Amino acid sequence: MTEMNRLRWNCRRGMLELDLVLTGFLDKHYPKLTGSQVKVFKELLDYPDTDLWDMIMARTEPADNTMKTVLQLIRAS
Amino acid sequence: MALLKRKFDAVIVGGGGSGLRAALQLSEAGLKCAVLSKVFPTRSHTVAAQGGIGASLGNMGEDNWLWHMYDTVKGSDYLGDQDAIEFMCRMAPQVVYELEHFGMPFDRNEDGTIYQRPFGGHSQNFGERPVQRSCCAADRTGHAMLHTLYQCNIRAQTQFFVEWMALDLILDQEGHVLGVTALEMETGDVIILQARATLFATGGAGRVYAASTNAFINTGDGLGMAARAGIPLEDMEFWQFHPTGVAGAGVLITEGVRGEGGYLLNKNGERFMERYAPTMKDLASRDVVARAVATEIKEGRGAGKDGDYILLKLDHLGPEVIEKRLPGIREIAKKFANVDPVTDPIPVVPTCHYQMGGIPTNYHGQVVVPKGENPETPVAGFYAAGECACCSIHGANRLGTNSLTDLLVFGKAAGDHMVQFLKENTNHKDLPKNAGEHTLARLARLENQKNGENVYTVATDMRKTMQAHCGVFRFPELLVDGVKKIREIAGRAKHTEIKDKSKVFNTARIEALELDNLIEVAVATLVSAEARKESRGAHDRADYHKRDDANWMKHTLYYNAVNRISYKPVHLKPLSVETFEPKARVY
Ligand SMILES: Cc1cc2nc3c(=O)[nH]c(=O)nc-3n(C[C@H](O)[C@H](O)[C@H](O)COP(=O)(O)OP(=O)(O)OC[C@H]3O[C@@H](n4cnc5c(N)ncnc54)[C@H](O)[C@@H]3O)c2cc1C
Repeated sequence: MTEMNRLRWNCRRGMLELDLVLTGFLDKHYPKLTGSQVKVFKELLDYPDTDLWDMIMARTEPADNTMKTVLQLIRAS
Repeated sequence: MALLKRKFDAVIVGGGGSGLRAALQLSEAGLKCAVLSKVFPTRSHTVAAQGGIGASLGNMGEDNWLWHMYDTVKGSDYLGDQDAIEFMCRMAPQVVYELEHFGMPFDRNEDGTIYQRPFGGHSQNFGERPVQRSCCAADRTGHAMLHTLYQCNIRAQTQFFVEWMALDLILDQEGHVLGVTALEMETGDVIILQARATLFATGGAGRVYAASTNAFINTGDGLGMAARAGIPLEDMEFWQFHPTGVAGAGVLITEGVRGEGGYLLNKNGERFMERYAPTMKDLASRDVVARAVATEIKEGRGAGKDGDYILLKLDHLGPEVIEKRLPGIREIAKKFANVDPVTDPIPVVPTCHYQMGGIPTNYHGQVVVPKGENPETPVAGFYAAGECACCSIHGANRLGTNSLTDLLVFGKAAGDHMVQFLKENTNHKDLPKNAGEHTLARLARLENQKNGENVYTVATDMRKTMQAHCGVFRFPELLVDGVKKIREIAGRAKHTEIKDKSKVFNTARIEALELDNLIEVAVATLVSAEARKESRGAHDRADYHKRDDANWMKHTLYYNAVNRISYKPVHLKPLSVETFEPKARVY
């Protein structure tokens, strides 16, 4: 519960686009993530808003495969 | 119960552009300065700003601060204070160059000077022709500005309290501001941050409307705290609506889409802007297009099964132009509107974008309230800057790019004035015995509420009411009815209940506390709008169609705590130049 609450707050961003996408992801996909995917999701949340948005919009692509998978899921939410 | 205390010279609530700019002045002066932010500072809403910072550098053609001033006064529909506007326009180039020296990666011209973009409402020679005045860093101006200022503050040893939420202002018997109470989200603890000077830089309250381009954190906390402390809110009836937010989601579709040749259609496939603005058509100014869109919807020509949106068509531009000239638009449309603009139009509605009103200040950033004969007596130790403040630069309507200018100029000015104030007021005043009790009582109420209402339900009703009763157009019956409704909802907001009582990062509690702030803003907006019997800038009444300078060239002040309106004069006299006399606002 605490962890989920913390993540929910970390999904509060400066850009409305991210608020909407990340909150949607948290409700839809997050509960089904594997341990390593959870770790990567938290890493993603540490990125600056504009960089994270570029990744979600597939304008930039990370090298890491798990990160790619998590981004796929975020895009699908 | 006595709360834990921490003492600083200055406390700044808000780590967006204005808060960071102010903090830098204080920390560089060697003062002990704390900045609180609900989110990591570089995730403040300033990050969303793309268009740029307005300043008359004259790098792209002749320009000067007086022309910028004229555009701003005219844009404000003559409700802006001309002394503050002169101050801002004169200072703008300087604060932009300072930002450049701090390391801001501005776009450049070939000769190395800062590149400047054109932007609506900015002109050469008092409205003669458009001028390129907006300084930007690609489409990441806000982001770059926040990162630059944050780094400077780290170097200057500003102390950051990240994921802390200020809850209430602390005043003593004499009305001096002595700091704030604040909640640490990580622990759920509430403490007092005591200061000799306090600045609010909490940003806008765009989340009061159902359709909003603003991020979720924009809940008007500074306005709520000020209102609860008995400080009036100024000109809250004035909200800027952006003509093209994605229907249902709010996400902004930039003016650039229409700049590149996209246009608006009603349900009959008619390019209706030709009727409203025969010359400028879809490129007319924001308020003109927003009103046209709202009119089409209201008169039954909206598209969709409920007829509640308008279509933004760009498929005729072809996929290459869309990809190349409008990066991101296709993804945004697919993601938030479920349409591919390469083949289908994007459903859009006028969407709340910017709050012109706020906490009343002068151009030093001092919060000012009526006292005796003086309508603008400074509240000792209290400052506000940025979107939460009403200075009043933007008057009844803000020009694009003038908000970032406002953050830099008045963030800095407030910081400078605080440094001076702190020199003259060297001791912390004693906190009143009951300091923090009000906050604890609010929290206890929320904790112990039985049979209360869900926060989300009340917030949704508030947003719907604001949208339906106080949107782009204002109708007398809807306003009167809206005031009644919003008061009822404000009553319900006093009885919200949360199920989750945990301490650590309790988002339910935070959202309940945010609603307490939003509702103050909503009530102030509706009451002020109902009372203003004219049309000016963003406030457009069906029953009083014209601007009425004889009776209404004045600022509204609404006292939430006692439900009273008063007015104060507009500063028509600039600092050094002649007054810009009110004229009809035509573009
Ligand atoms: C999509 C979009 C694009 C825009 N583009 C432009 C543009 O190109 N040019 C322009 O001039 N303007 C633009 N604007 C407007 C401009 O971005 C904002 O007006 C401006 O960034 C507001 O800055 P601020 O410093 O007042 O507040 P914000 O940047 O909103 O920061 C508020 C800060 O206060 C903190 N805070 C709030 N409440 C509390 C609390 N209770 N306790 C602790 N901390 C708190 C937040 O965490 C945050 O750090 C745009 C607006 C939007 C929505």
